[in-house]
Amino acid sequence: MSGPVKDTSVSSEQGAISWFDLVKDLIGTAILTMLILTPIVTFKTTMNQGVLFIEDRWVQSLLLTAAVVIGRLLLHLFVWHKPPSTAAAKPVVAKAPLSESLAKYVAPAMLAIAIVLPFVLHQVPSWDKRGIDFMITILIYIMLGWGLNIVVGLAGLLDLGYVAFYAVGAYAYALLSTIYLPLWFGPGVVPWAFYIILPISGLLAATWGVILGFPVLRLRGDYLAIVTLAFGEMIRLVLINWFSFTNGPQGINVPKPTFFGLPFKDEPGGFAAFFGIPHDRIYSYIFLYYVILVLALITYFATNRLRRLPIGRAWEALREDEVACRSLGINTTTTKLTAFAIGAMFGGFAGCFFAARQGFVSPESFVYIESAMILAIVVLGGLGSQIGIVFSAIVIMGAFELFREFGAMGHAVQDGLMYVLPDAVVSGIGSLFTGTFGALYGLLPDAMRNSLAGATTGMDPIQFRMLAVGLAMVLMMRFRPRGLVTRRQPTVFLKERKSVSSDLVAEGHG
Amino acid sequence: MEYFLQQLINGLTLGSIYGLIAIGYTMVYGIIGMINFAHGDVFMVGSVVSFIVILGLGITGGSGSFMIILALALVVIIAMLIASVYNWTIERVAYRPLRGSFRLAPLISAIGMSIVLQEFVRIAQEGRPKPIQAVITGKHELLHRLTEGGEFIVTISNMQILIIISTLALMAIFTMIIQRTSLGRAQRACEQDQKMASLLGIDVDRTISITFILGAALAAFAGMMFFLYYNVTDFFIGFLAGIKAFTAAVLGGIGSIPGAMLGGMVIGLIEVMWSAYFSVEYKDVAAFTVLVIVLIFMPQGLLGKPEVEKV
Repeated sequence: MSGPVKDTSVSSEQGAISWFDLVKDLIGTAILTMLILTPIVTFKTTMNQGVLFIEDRWVQSLLLTAAVVIGRLLLHLFVWHKPPSTAAAKPVVAKAPLSESLAKYVAPAMLAIAIVLPFVLHQVPSWDKRGIDFMITILIYIMLGWGLNIVVGLAGLLDLGYVAFYAVGAYAYALLSTIYLPLWFGPGVVPWAFYIILPISGLLAATWGVILGFPVLRLRGDYLAIVTLAFGEMIRLVLINWFSFTNGPQGINVPKPTFFGLPFKDEPGGFAAFFGIPHDRIYSYIFLYYVILVLALITYFATNRLRRLPIGRAWEALREDEVACRSLGINTTTTKLTAFAIGAMFGGFAGCFFAARQGFVSPESFVYIESAMILAIVVLGGLGSQIGIVFSAIVIMGAFELFREFGAMGHAVQDGLMYVLPDAVVSGIGSLFTGTFGALYGLLPDAMRNSLAGATTGMDPIQFRMLAVGLAMVLMMRFRPRGLVTRRQPTVFLKERKSVSSDLVAEGHG
Repeated sequence: MEYFLQQLINGLTLGSIYGLIAIGYTMVYGIIGMINFAHGDVFMVGSVVSFIVILGLGITGGSGSFMIILALALVVIIAMLIASVYNWTIERVAYRPLRGSFRLAPLISAIGMSIVLQEFVRIAQEGRPKPIQAVITGKHELLHRLTEGGEFIVTISNMQILIIISTLALMAIFTMIIQRTSLGRAQRACEQDQKMASLLGIDVDRTISITFILGAALAAFAGMMFFLYYNVTDFFIGFLAGIKAFTAAVLGGIGSIPGAMLGGMVIGLIEVMWSAYFSVEYKDVAAFTVLVIVLIFMPQGLLGKPEVEKV
């Protein structure tokens, strides 16, 4: 299984490619793309008044095929057939570049921005609540990413059911705060429920991590992935079907957290009245923002300290080579189990916060795609890189929310593109590229042109988010397997701290 | 007893479908040692493609039986072809460049690919389930008995007969390919030792590609049968069916082809029996529990060889 990464393109031979091979390759690409696209894209089945019928979209699939072929042609012309000299002259040990010295200031700068952000957003009246709410969502995902990072990035265990621990935390808060705490200690405890349950939810999630992890962590990594996936689904199915306990798919309404006993309500005992300021819902958002910020920072610093402890070093050693670890006397089961439990614990904290912030929990929030999203955040951030996770969470969640916010604007831009591009293209028959595209478009009857425009504008950009995330995961593994932020500070070093390009770090053969 | 017999028939039908998918998992695992997470979604693609072709041809249960047979033959060929193209492309694009990369890379790539396939089909074909009128109708009474409790009828539908028989036939053909042809020999050789196989003149890359194609063809067939059996399909069926088929592969002993078929049958039976005697809601939980139990107590499965870890 070892050996150099093979180049799959036809360009395995260096140097120029003959025209014959190029044409052959492009025709092959075209046929393959058509085979892939024809059944699924061309024939769209739509339901109309209870009857299914087929609507054909040859235009879209031909255009997509043309795009793929042209893309491949461009790659052939400009990327793949470079003389070998440029590729070989890669420095083995990279010098510390400017970005490195900048990197030192990135984390403190981001922290400073995060701390002052609510006050800045507070000044924008139309955006304040939405903006802060949006930041809370991103911080939840950053925290989940950091939690999962312990399991996947540090210990190298692929966990596809992380959302299960998130669910455990959320339901712990929901059930304890609505039923059990009032039952055991009387209703007076409810305002304090969040503070009491937060540690409990983490402990419960960690316990679940141990219960699940203990039997399966002795297994190979791939099995672990599928067992955690199954476990995540099991938790969700139980939450849906155990109606008497969890209220099934209808979910549970839960009390919102208070400011150390002071509710964010317009009433005498409330937060605003206590401090003698006018009531505003924004305080509740700002409070929640700082709670999740603190929780996320705890995750960050705890992970950073853990990495320097023997157990953290054992995690990273385990990720690199399990057999070597075992031969050096590391108890792999306990080591994995601690990583799993600690990762689960932070998931539980995040879940508890999520439930408190939403004021409502239902099994809908804990589907597999959520686990996949958190994994994607960790993977795109660069396995093991904590700052990278911040960036990827902002990109993945932020881009999505921005699409949602500016959905209307996105439509406008798309409409504009659809109506501007074809005309411009048709008129610009000068070059070969625009010529083929334009001719193709010009050949189409008007009705088809309209249907093309209609079909494309009807699409919502949010629709493409998971597709983009999936593609990004594949592309990352292909081209930047160590993530966008590929440099990492070694935790163990001799004399001075040298940063190692991640290309040089081998990870677990076997 | 009659009730049990009826469930047995239903279970074997479902089990055949799981078994066919499981073969794809087990073969790929056998040859390159990775779980092809996207395999369940290749099954889904096969199912959706056969749905589109059937709808396009416009055949229904009312068409003449000759027409139905002709049309279904066409559907099988197209679905298998398209699914094979998909799986071949996935291997080329997402897995082959990652050979020799770090351990989690192909697995993460496969998860990404599975998301891509699901989302691709969802966006192109809308997320709603696609129902269709039953194409193959009619059933036979096997047993009819009147007791004090009421009337018991055990039936087997034409569809169930078709699924079980065609699965058996496909298995026979497939076993022939693996056992008797040079292709199968190359496949088994690569499974044992890739380096040695390539030294002896076997094109390992090509053999791996063919493994993916064969797996996809079987999954597409299963997808078509799944669709014809339930008369509905959507973009998400690959997820659950994939996990269950993987469970079947593990239960039968991963890497073992007869094991995959056996495992599929057992999982199908467990699922159906659980729904029949305990609760329908928890049938998926039952299948997952089997997966966990098998992995803990006999990770080598029913027919598999124990895995030796080499440094």
